[in-house]
Amino acid sequence: MPKITLTVNGKTHTHEVEGRLLLVHYLRDTLGLTGTHVGCDTSSCGACTIHFDGKAIKSCSLLAAQADGSSITTIEGLAPEGELHPLQEGFKEEHGLQCGFCTPGMIMCAADLLSHNPDPSEQEIREGLEGNICRCTGYHNIVRAIQYAAQKSAVAV
Amino acid sequence: MIPSSVDYTRASSVGEAIRLLAENPDAKLLAGGHSLIPAMKLRLNSPALLIDIARIAELRFIEDTGNAIVIGAASTHADIITNPLLRALTAMIEAGELIGDTQVRNMGTLGGSIAHADPSADWPAVLLALEAQIKVQGPDGERIIPAVEFFTGFFSTALDTGEIVTEIHLPKPTAESASAYRKFMQPASRFAIVGCAASVTVKGGVISAANVAFTGVSDAAFLDEGVASALVGKPATLENIEVAASAAAEGDMHINEDHFASQAYRKHLAKVYAKRALAGACGL
Ligand SMILES: Cc1cc2nc3c(=O)[nH]c(=O)nc-3n(C[C@H](O)[C@H](O)[C@H](O)COP(=O)(O)OP(=O)(O)OC[C@H]3O[C@@H](n4cnc5c(N)ncnc54)[C@H](O)[C@@H]3O)c2cc1C
Ligand code: FES
Ligand code: FES
Repeated sequence: MPKITLTVNGKTHTHEVEGRLLLVHYLRDTLGLTGTHVGCDTSSCGACTIHFDGKAIKSCSLLAAQADGSSITTIEGLAPEGELHPLQEGFKEEHGLQCGFCTPGMIMCAADLLSHNPDPSEQEIREGLEGNICRCTGYHNIVRAIQYAAQKSAVAV
Repeated sequence: MIPSSVDYTRASSVGEAIRLLAENPDAKLLAGGHSLIPAMKLRLNSPALLIDIARIAELRFIEDTGNAIVIGAASTHADIITNPLLRALTAMIEAGELIGDTQVRNMGTLGGSIAHADPSADWPAVLLALEAQIKVQGPDGERIIPAVEFFTGFFSTALDTGEIVTEIHLPKPTAESASAYRKFMQPASRFAIVGCAASVTVKGGVISAANVAFTGVSDAAFLDEGVASALVGKPATLENIEVAASAAAEGDMHINEDHFASQAYRKHLAKVYAKRALAGACGL
């Protein structure tokens, strides 16, 4: 069995894992980080989105072994304990969620977008979220939540 | 869903990957995993060993060699569309930006896409239109396969058992040549129902060379000679493009059909997207 060492939300972990173990199951079942969700079987919904060496990826479509040596951020690690990231605050203020199932993936994908495009247009936000599906909100408030975060981060700089 | 049991190892060089492949007949290469792992989750594919090549440094680079832009096979779709060296190869950027979504583009690789040779994948059409040369390496050494000989059929390529795609060479455009990619996508998967890559050379307002390639239309990506030959020697006008595009996907060929698009609809779309890609390449 492959032995993996990786950093998740700043903390280093070492485990022996089955070759076939998906990264999302490693995060949820081995590390107990259940903020990352599984919404589909087909790499389509984006609920499992995390940051893999700084880039948004779908953790249901990656083996834990592929992440050996890398740095992972999940929704739990986006903001320091007890604080909200501007995106988390935006989703709260703008009512960007209903059931909340898609929200961690939406936020992790939006964080990737804002990291290289801090002031996206509405169109760019919608295109940036192509890989994330929400069955509740109709997306309008998700777009507003991301605009809120972009503005708030611009003010903070 | 969960793949069946599989061993995993990481190759640190192309040579090591070739050796591991030769020693393990039930092994498969793993690059971005974004075709292979979804297929393994559905148990459509159950290799005994995965040889991860994604972190081999000699496979992940993009460079300008003077005549060509060379892309290492393990470069991701995102590496390609954000690299300034690719900017003049418009069809590469336009196609790459339309692959899947941000997350897929961050993992999936050019080499993985062409080795997989999905009949609806975007890169194969672009590589055909841009006359790419594909460098592969195996136990017997290296060889170069022109794109037009690489895509041989439904999920089939000219790669021999034990060979690895290492580099994709794209001839640099001249001042007179340009390219474009347009696709009509399946709304859920974003794969091409019809994708068209066009590349043209226009001298003094007249088209002196043209390539038009399709994906999604038939069992493999292909160059449509009928459209290209109807254009060469003609002034680059929308009327001439429209006439030439009406020859698209004609002749004795298999046309795909599924519950999204009938054969007749796909043929119609091929003509529409040939027109749009050619107009894009000609700047019209
Ligand atoms: C949700 C989703 C949407 C997608 N949408 C699109 C789309 O719109 N358009 C599109 O074109 N694609 C799309 N794809 C496919 C995506 O681009 C894949 O990443 C790509 O087809 C395969 O590249 P990979 O690096 O992930 O290959 P892998 O999955 O790692 O490998 C695929 C196959 O190629 C072999 N292989 C890999 N690298 C090499 C190499 N260097 N030499 C020889 N063999 C090799 C493997 O053994 C395997 O058989 C989508 C995928 C997903 C999950
Ligand atoms: S769980 Fe749906 S894309 Fe990963
Ligand atoms: S809030 Fe329910 S799926 Fe998006």
